[in-house]
Amino acid sequence: MNNGCLSITEYKRKIFATKSYLREKDISGCGLFGVIHRKREKLSGQIAIDAIAVQHDRGNGLGGGFAAYGIYPELANQYALHLMCDDQTALDRAQEIIKQYFVMHLSEPIPTRKTSGVINPPVLWRIFVHPRLDRPAWVHLNDDDYVVAVVMLVNKQVPGAYIFSSGKNMGAFKGVGFPEDIGDFFRLDEYKGYIWTAHNRFPTNTPGWWGGAHPFTLLEWSIVHNGEISSYGINSRYLCQHDYECTLMTDTEVVAYLLDLLIRKHGLSKQMASKVFAPPFWDEIERMDEEEKEAYTALRMVYGSALLNGPFAILFSDGKSLTGLNDRIKLRPLIVAEKDELVFMASEDCSIRSVCPEPDKLWAPKAGEPVIVEVEG
Amino acid sequence: MKSKLVIDAKGIYYRDLNERIRQAVKEGVKEFELLNVSGQRYIGTALDGEIKFLIHGVAGQDTAAFMRGPYMRIEGNAQDGLGNTMDDGFVSCTGMAGDVMGYAMRGGQIHIHGDVGYRVGIHMKAYKDKLPVIVIGGKAGDFLGEYMAGGVIILLGLFSQDKDAPIAGRSLATGMHGGTIYVREYVPEYQLADNLLVEKADDEDRKLIEKYVRRFCEEFDEDIAKILDTDFLRIKPKSHRPYGKLYVG
Repeated sequence: MNNGCLSITEYKRKIFATKSYLREKDISGCGLFGVIHRKREKLSGQIAIDAIAVQHDRGNGLGGGFAAYGIYPELANQYALHLMCDDQTALDRAQEIIKQYFVMHLSEPIPTRKTSGVINPPVLWRIFVHPRLDRPAWVHLNDDDYVVAVVMLVNKQVPGAYIFSSGKNMGAFKGVGFPEDIGDFFRLDEYKGYIWTAHNRFPTNTPGWWGGAHPFTLLEWSIVHNGEISSYGINSRYLCQHDYECTLMTDTEVVAYLLDLLIRKHGLSKQMASKVFAPPFWDEIERMDEEEKEAYTALRMVYGSALLNGPFAILFSDGKSLTGLNDRIKLRPLIVAEKDELVFMASEDCSIRSVCPEPDKLWAPKAGEPVIVEVEG
Repeated sequence: MKSKLVIDAKGIYYRDLNERIRQAVKEGVKEFELLNVSGQRYIGTALDGEIKFLIHGVAGQDTAAFMRGPYMRIEGNAQDGLGNTMDDGFVSCTGMAGDVMGYAMRGGQIHIHGDVGYRVGIHMKAYKDKLPVIVIGGKAGDFLGEYMAGGVIILLGLFSQDKDAPIAGRSLATGMHGGTIYVREYVPEYQLADNLLVEKADDEDRKLIEKYVRRFCEEFDEDIAKILDTDFLRIKPKSHRPYGKLYVG
């Protein structure tokens, strides 16, 4: 590509030529927006586009993206794989692998429209799949783990292709550009979802590339992040022991995999996982009653390597909830607002009010205290 | 040219909005009313002299930064960095304000009716006749008055959205080496940083508190008697060089 960003092939050549422990992470200053309807009523993607557009100056045009839940109701039982590929050859190679492991229901281009703000997009494709009965490998894994294994395989083995979304009835849409342009490009105004998150990126340490934009997703997990995970090294080594390989050179990736490990695999609640990421200080634990003290001490001892150090505000979803969390000394902004069954979360007050002028309640959550909103039923 | 200008800021990019304001100031406009402000940054930055602003909506990052003189009333909320390095003048906000409000502020007053975010008043300083003052009607987040070098912060804790929160967050006045923080009634000791002198405010202190709380009440139409009907704590640093020996020996 000629607009100063790396192609997927160039990017992968660079990352896999580097020993995993030497891979650099990215730092960014960024804008976030998220909305959830507690009763699963669907909202147009235009809301997410409008709200993140207000935070235009929190990004620099090197990354914008969205995650949307409830957008594929007719194919809700299939895993929706979203791929970005340098060219048709890369897509063909990725499809060959996917065919070996999955039954493919539908394979089609992701609809886009030409917009002046999005230059030289890669080939964007989506495939709706479920695992084959006669699996060529990983027969002992459950369906979700099997999907994770194939996603990691394609992302590692096909030089010019990258699966950036793999959940059911949800999808990530992202790329190099300002988020309002990326939203327009992916025609998100034509989608309806009951949870939306949006991200405006300001990368400072690494070149922009399409895969480096937020959200980062795995299965139904999606995360958008403003800040810098200084503990990236220890987090990624911890994840490596559990078969998650960090390949995106972007610190946020570790949070997506940690969510999957802690919540889906280890069965922690979202509240507890949030307290692993942003634990109470030892002096606060000292003042707790015995039971709490024991619980938090255990959590810090067992999951010390999953603590996220550094400034962050993150929004994450699993399709059934939306959670907002700050680092424990609040080095990045986060505002939450409620209006009837809707809950909004954003880096800036004005972003929420641009789509919900008169919320019932609007506040800045405390550092390290997650705001967890679940959908009903 | 009229002496008052009303601008509907809806959909106006912050640079264009500030350009219009600065141009109008050059042409002699003394009073501005800004409608539908939606996070536009830097409003009033570095403006000098007797100018009045009435802002409706959400004032964006670094509103009133480096401001020297103007009066600004925000009917709504203010985002992060309000009054950054403000030099003189008066800012009031009827709602809540974000993080690092009054960062390195060196003069003038900021009055917030509701809650404020984290690191408010960080590195405020006073010099000769310059005395920056912040009055907070609600509660404050962690690190209030961090590295504070001078000036006055008055924390009332009365008009908060959060009934359960302590009046100030943890690490209150970390690294403070000048100035004074007054807290209405009580703050738990574990919220305080080390090396601070915490005493009951005396008559001299109460005179100063009354002066600024009176202004707060005029601005927000609150009852001064109710606010002053109890004790205040005075927080001062034990030393003006709390870290003088941190890297020695």
